[in-house]
Amino acid sequence: MSDAPALLRVEGLTKHFPVHGGPLNRRVATVRAVDDVSLAVAAGETLGIVGESGCGKSTTARLLMRLIEPDRGRLLFDGREVGAAGGIDVTTLRRQMQMVFQDSYASLNPRMTILGSIAYAPRMHGLAARAADARAEALLDRVGLEPRQFARRYPHELSGGQRQRVNIARALALQPRLVILDEAVSALDKSVAAQVLNLLADLKQQFNLTYLFISHDLNVVEYISDRVLVMYLGQVVETGPVAAIYGRPRHPYTRALLASKPTLDPDRRTISLPLTGDPPNPIDPPSGCRFRTRCGFADAVCAARTPPLAAPLGHPPDAHLVACHVPAAQQQAIHGH
Amino acid sequence: MAPLQAIGAIGVPPLTSVPASPGYWRGVWRRLLRDPLTIGVTILLVAIILCAIFAPLVATQDPTLGHVLGRLQPIGSAGHWLGTDETGRDMWARLAYGGRLSLLAGIAPVAISLVVGGLLGITAGYLGGLANTLIMRAMDVFYAFPSILLAIAICGMLGSGLSNAILALALVFVPPMTRIAETVTTQCRGLDFVEAARASGTSAAQIIRHHILANVLGPIMVYATSLISLSIILSAGLSFLGLGATPPTPEWGLMLNALRQSIYVQPYVAALPGLLIFITSMCFNLASDGLRGAMDVRLAR
Repeated sequence: MSDAPALLRVEGLTKHFPVHGGPLNRRVATVRAVDDVSLAVAAGETLGIVGESGCGKSTTARLLMRLIEPDRGRLLFDGREVGAAGGIDVTTLRRQMQMVFQDSYASLNPRMTILGSIAYAPRMHGLAARAADARAEALLDRVGLEPRQFARRYPHELSGGQRQRVNIARALALQPRLVILDEAVSALDKSVAAQVLNLLADLKQQFNLTYLFISHDLNVVEYISDRVLVMYLGQVVETGPVAAIYGRPRHPYTRALLASKPTLDPDRRTISLPLTGDPPNPIDPPSGCRFRTRCGFADAVCAARTPPLAAPLGHPPDAHLVACHVPAAQQQAIHGH
Repeated sequence: MAPLQAIGAIGVPPLTSVPASPGYWRGVWRRLLRDPLTIGVTILLVAIILCAIFAPLVATQDPTLGHVLGRLQPIGSAGHWLGTDETGRDMWARLAYGGRLSLLAGIAPVAISLVVGGLLGITAGYLGGLANTLIMRAMDVFYAFPSILLAIAICGMLGSGLSNAILALALVFVPPMTRIAETVTTQCRGLDFVEAARASGTSAAQIIRHHILANVLGPIMVYATSLISLSIILSAGLSFLGLGATPPTPEWGLMLNALRQSIYVQPYVAALPGLLIFITSMCFNLASDGLRGAMDVRLAR
């Protein structure tokens, strides 16, 4: 965590979805989608969240936007708690925090023009129609779409990359301070994704934005993030500056994840043991450390206790935190590096 | 919040003339015009409806006045180009006037159920949860009965008469209409643009008005158009059974029943009301198909 006060701070965020079944449609199980997640995003930085699909990344995003109500957890925006006395309400939060979704087509109303979609939120917040349209046109221009050509078009007439630019413009229309990008470039071609990433970097500069960048694509996260948070089965297993996470990963899961990263460099091809099997079912997660069922270093202590997210023993406290019982040095020794 | 004008300052000047890509409904209209079958059936439908509305102008004879000596004249006889029925009334006049009630009994129940079922379905679909369960399970009860039996039962309860028949049919059509509206609303509600609207602080009422209705109305209207053909047949069926319009009022179903006994004497004349019921309901069906095709944006090129 940096010295700057956090723009967004989340403590103990938890969401368990009930699973109904049986003849009386009773609650038969619980999906622990997000379990006691804490994170902080400093103003001006980009926090990347990585993890396999189903690890709770998108649920976390929706919880932060309050599209889903959390079961537990405190959310502080700019030091003020959301939904608490003396804090800010959800509507105020949503003005300051916006979101870009993965599916560029589904996130635009097919019956609305591009201009209408972008101008919609400002109008709902009381901006006059003409001013809202003018702002939308300016934003279209800013995201690289010529307003004269695109303003009156409909979503199905645009390409995926163009639509995602529209979604970014729409997210910026309320002039938020923080933008959550939920797999925002994952569905795009590599070259288009690169253009959109560069656009995001430019916009961040220009509008002083803070990003929460959620993706399963390790290369993209490495490129855009200042800090990275690794999630596994609804929990944070490691967090730290991007160079530390990618250069000296401390959690076995992070290592396995990085080892699976595709690369064109023959010197860096996969040599480390790959991650096998699927993640366990979040309905009934393993006791203690949730990764122990797939971990080569798992010990008796791993089943008994949940490891806290902290600087490893014997390390000077820094911003690189890991939730693992086995010290990195010991892992190295077992692994034979 | 930051000042609202901040972004406007960096932008291009507002545009006065934007070369528009055609609006959604304009596109639907354009695609409809390119479909000869749909144009054909629509023209035929308009002709039938106009004939019914302006029956006194297109048919000069009294549809209820018969001549005992001129009973069951064949098609093409002098003074009665479509022949006469079993009491000597002019068939052309009766068919034209009969269209008024038959079309009314076909369209009115669908219109009523469109409003009621549409509201119920959109409410159930948008709210989900308990409200959805209550509404949809209540509708399921109606599905236990075949539609014609349900209509007959309700008519039997309310008593015969055209308005009761319309009411009965409306009740029969509410459950399927609700189900369609609920399905499309549920689909639409889960889409990211609704989430995005919620994420920007839009109220539920505004979301339904601006985002749900526009996307849901199309499929519901297409379904309603296809129901009209069923409704015409069912209402004719109710009249045929004596539960709808009452003699001597001209109505296609009723006429079909009355002429049934003369089928061996004048088979072509006796078939006329049935033919009209068939043509009209077929036209509504084909028009609905055409409308569905024209409304599907993804097929449009």
